[in-house]
Amino acid sequence: MIKLKEELMRAVFLICACVSVLAVALICVFLFSSGLPAMAQIGFSAFLTGRVWKPTNDIYGIFPMILGSLCVTAGALAIGVPTGILSAVFMAKFCPKRLYRLLKPGINLLAGIPSVVYGFFGLMVIVPFIRNTLGGSGSSMLAACLVLGIMILPTVIGVSEASIRAVPESYYEGSLALGASHERSVFFAVLPAAKQGIFAAVILGVGRAIGETMAVVMVAGNQAVMPSGLLKGLRTMTANIVMEMGYAADLHRQALIATGVVLFVFILLINLAFSLVKRRMNL
Amino acid sequence: MSRAKLQSLILRLAAYAAIALTAAALVFIVAYIIIKGLPNITPSLFSLKYNSENLSMFPAIINTITMTLLTLLIAAPLGIGAAIYLAEYSKRSSTIVRLIRTTAETLTGIPSIIYGLFGYLMFVIFLGWSYSMLAGAFTLSIMILPVIMRTTEEALNSVPDIYREGSFGLGAGKLRTVFRIVLPSAVPGILAGIVLSVGRVVGETAALIYTAGTVAQIPGNLLSSGRTMSIHLYALWQEGLHTGQSYATALVLLAVVIGLNALSSFIARRLNGLSGERK
Repeated sequence: MIKLKEELMRAVFLICACVSVLAVALICVFLFSSGLPAMAQIGFSAFLTGRVWKPTNDIYGIFPMILGSLCVTAGALAIGVPTGILSAVFMAKFCPKRLYRLLKPGINLLAGIPSVVYGFFGLMVIVPFIRNTLGGSGSSMLAACLVLGIMILPTVIGVSEASIRAVPESYYEGSLALGASHERSVFFAVLPAAKQGIFAAVILGVGRAIGETMAVVMVAGNQAVMPSGLLKGLRTMTANIVMEMGYAADLHRQALIATGVVLFVFILLINLAFSLVKRRMNL
Repeated sequence: MSRAKLQSLILRLAAYAAIALTAAALVFIVAYIIIKGLPNITPSLFSLKYNSENLSMFPAIINTITMTLLTLLIAAPLGIGAAIYLAEYSKRSSTIVRLIRTTAETLTGIPSIIYGLFGYLMFVIFLGWSYSMLAGAFTLSIMILPVIMRTTEEALNSVPDIYREGSFGLGAGKLRTVFRIVLPSAVPGILAGIVLSVGRVVGETAALIYTAGTVAQIPGNLLSSGRTMSIHLYALWQEGLHTGQSYATALVLLAVVIGLNALSSFIARRLNGLSGERK
């Protein structure tokens, strides 16, 4: 009797654990089965490299959106990665204990602020600021890059800090013993040793930036045209889905789901890269 | 000043500048939302009904609480059960375990808009639930599942093996050991993970717009649409011209997130205290 109960509960726990497998399988099935036929109907190359998105005329080219996603991600990295890594260096090697107790929860809070609040902040502060100082409408690639740059900070800082802390103390001490200053030891002995982890942090940042929706929709302007400059508006893949899903029908709706499929493939590749880097770190 | 000294100084200043920038961004965002939001918090925002004269956020608050409870009700047992399997039952190298870990990691990286699309296709269309709280809750459960799994597994792994051996030694079975000995010792860690996932549910927008929908009332049943606070903020932006109410909603959202963060670090501190005692 007890044996039966044991076996039964073991099976229950196993089933719970398999839910994640089931979930990924279902997500793939539902996305691909709705998205791929639409892509085939539009034509794969017409869909992926088409430069015109005009649902009213049944023209669906998402190249501007792919490029838009890549642009804002690159911009976010340009802002977030250097700031994030240097902040992580400070947190791990320069920070007084008392300040750390204040900063660490602060950075966690930065990670917890909902993206729609970031978007709203960008809309009320960054967009008007760009409009007033640099001209244009303000809703622009630059605004999206700034907001995303702030949003990926906690991810980059958290993972980089952990990997800097994981570097054996002997690296630092060895460098000090050779006569290098604290700063030079940290930047030229410890930091290079942590580069795998920092690389992983950057990949996670890419994933966060390319998948971000609400904050980007609210500040990027969302014109479905090729990105043409820092101060011009653009539309990302995520924005494309969220803007038009509400009223889309038939092929238009399927084309939006197909946009999701493209984004999903991007994310899977990023995940793959991340796990490869992680595996190399363990070796 | 020698070159080496100058270089050291520059490196130090770079690190200081970066952290100053990070801290400034945080302080600016929080202060801005608080200063602009506080004057806009009015009693009428908390009236029971939403209408075009009074954009009350009270229904959104109730919906957020409902959505959170519903999501946890689905995801917490599944996530904790999965973690128990991974931490207590599985052999580390089996294929199924590797598959479970890989898929859980994949789920962590999927952006919320993809969850939204999936939830729309599966729950709203395929299962025919239309825009509803239930569809939203199921979508969000999948999203927070890996968070609960990871934190619970970490908590279970941090329970010393001596506890398990002691329990086995006294003649208890595996199941009894898990429920009576291991789980109770891991409660703070599990709670910290749940608080973390509550934060994600409260802040989620993209996954809910096309699953839970944007109706601004308290739904009569779980198969009706209702907007949470995050969607409320997004919807106010879409409708435009409701700056005051938006500031107020953003402030309430921020306050909830700050509260949750404080709660989870309080739990984490207790956790550290406990493990300190154990040593």
